Amino acid sequence: MALATRPEQRDKQQREKQRPTRPVSTAGRLWRSTIGKKTVMAVSGAVMLLYLIAHMVGNLKVFFGPDDMNSYAHWLRTIGEPVLHHEWFLWIMRVALLAAVIAHGVAAYQLSRLDIAARPVKYVHQRRRTSYATRTMRWGGIILALFIVWHILDLTTGTVNPNGEHGRPYENIVATFDTWYGNVIYFVAMIAVGLHIRHGFYGAAQTLGVGSPTRDRALKVTANGLALILTIGFLSVPIGVMTGVVE
Amino acid sequence: MNLTLRIWRQTGPDTEGAMTTYEVTDVSPDMSFLEMLDTLNEDLILRGEEPVAFDHDCREGICGACGMVINGNAHGPERTTTCQLHMRQFEDGDVIDIEPWRAAAFPVVKDLVVDRSAFDRIIGSGGYVTAPTGSAPEAHATPVPKAAADTAFEHAECIGCGACVAACPNGSAMLFTSAKVVHLNTLPQGGPERESRVLDMVDTMDDEGFGGCTNTGMCTTVCPKGIPMSSITTMNREYLRALRKGV
Ligand code: HEM
Ligand code: SF4
Ligand code: FES
Repeated sequence: MALATRPEQRDKQQREKQRPTRPVSTAGRLWRSTIGKKTVMAVSGAVMLLYLIAHMVGNLKVFFGPDDMNSYAHWLRTIGEPVLHHEWFLWIMRVALLAAVIAHGVAAYQLSRLDIAARPVKYVHQRRRTSYATRTMRWGGIILALFIVWHILDLTTGTVNPNGEHGRPYENIVATFDTWYGNVIYFVAMIAVGLHIRHGFYGAAQTLGVGSPTRDRALKVTANGLALILTIGFLSVPIGVMTGVVE
Repeated sequence: MNLTLRIWRQTGPDTEGAMTTYEVTDVSPDMSFLEMLDTLNEDLILRGEEPVAFDHDCREGICGACGMVINGNAHGPERTTTCQLHMRQFEDGDVIDIEPWRAAAFPVVKDLVVDRSAFDRIIGSGGYVTAPTGSAPEAHATPVPKAAADTAFEHAECIGCGACVAACPNGSAMLFTSAKVVHLNTLPQGGPERESRVLDMVDTMDDEGFGGCTNTGMCTTVCPKGIPMSSITTMNREYLRALRKGV
């Protein structure tokens, strides 16, 4: 491909000389490469996914009334006792989740920057929406990040909750879903979660190298199933409040 | 048939380009797309204008030189190389948009010609095996299992055309790089460099300014040689395996 008309060879050679020396540590090499950052995203995504499944199942307690829900919330604070002190398990989990969210978000931001820079000029003739999934992941991710902040202020700290009573999650949940904006925010966020998991689960399987042609269908079905179950499960709570099943 | 072409014209790497409209008449449906461009260029030369620069060499679908984006699709409406695309795919009166590959790592040299030497540097960093030169080795010295031979052959088909990069919304070279990594890492002959190959080739790919994979699968829809998505998954697996081994 070395046409005599090809310029810039010199620039390229210079660029090669200036190439930063590679970090020798495994962790450094992992974080430095696009595949490594994707791996960080896949693992942190899986951690959050496991949490979401447990969270969704726990939320269904709301259908068994205030006593069930509130004592379940209390039990969460006693996990690991007497080895762990009161609420320690909860705090360990919060630290792990925070680490996962930060790692996921930072990697997503850096990879998105690289990806956009790698394709600076758009085609004049755009026939297909080639980047649908990628764009949904980016916008969905931003929506989820904002939602996580709101959600903590609403039901963990109670700062923006109309009821905001500690130790009484049932009443707080009902209070949130008695407001129109509470419902709108939850619906948007839960649909975003579903779409994110749909592509994310499948992508994570590819990133971690567990995908294969024979498993492709199974992976897609699992991704869609997980997305659907989580979205419906999470949305059943506001729907329950709206329809008066939960009050 | 008569066609209207809108072609990206750019006089050099550092100049501004623009879509320019040309009419071509009496195009035979049996012509290849490149022959159609040849007739346009003959016209242009007779009129004293600068012919459209485009890459081509074998004209039989094996060299990978003839890359261009036709109506928003890398290599046009059929999954083949541009030289193997026939004008019977188009209809009289069609307007056809022709653009160069778009990716930061593939700068435009002139008109439809881009500099794909970044691919050469990826190959140079690991796309080889170490073998003694001189007399040919005894054919049965290194047995290759049939399945490995088939996989290697399937991936060895990559012709380095760059359509995968052109079609990817992230300008990612994962499909190209993985084709070579899987080709050589599957064979016993590629064994000695199995880890360093994947680590170095991925590093070079990142350094050259290609984006990361977001599993949109656009690359596989345009690859004229049918390199599959599982190639990327296998490279991810090889990469993580090599990192764990700490080479
Ligand atoms: C802080 C909020 C979040 C942001 C900013 C975010 C952003 C992103 C982005 C940009 C991607 C890459 C998309 C692509 O490769 O096309 C991604 C992938 C992913 N996300 Fe998230 N996300 C967030 C929250 C979550 C949550 C709550 C989960 C839990 C289910 C999750 C699970 C995943 C998974 C499993 C992947 C796939 C990783 C891979 O392809 O290897 N994300 N995320
Ligand atoms: S993987 Fe396919 S599209 Fe990409 S360079 Fe090789 S032959 Fe071309
Ligand atoms: S000119 Fe060789 S593949 Fe088209």
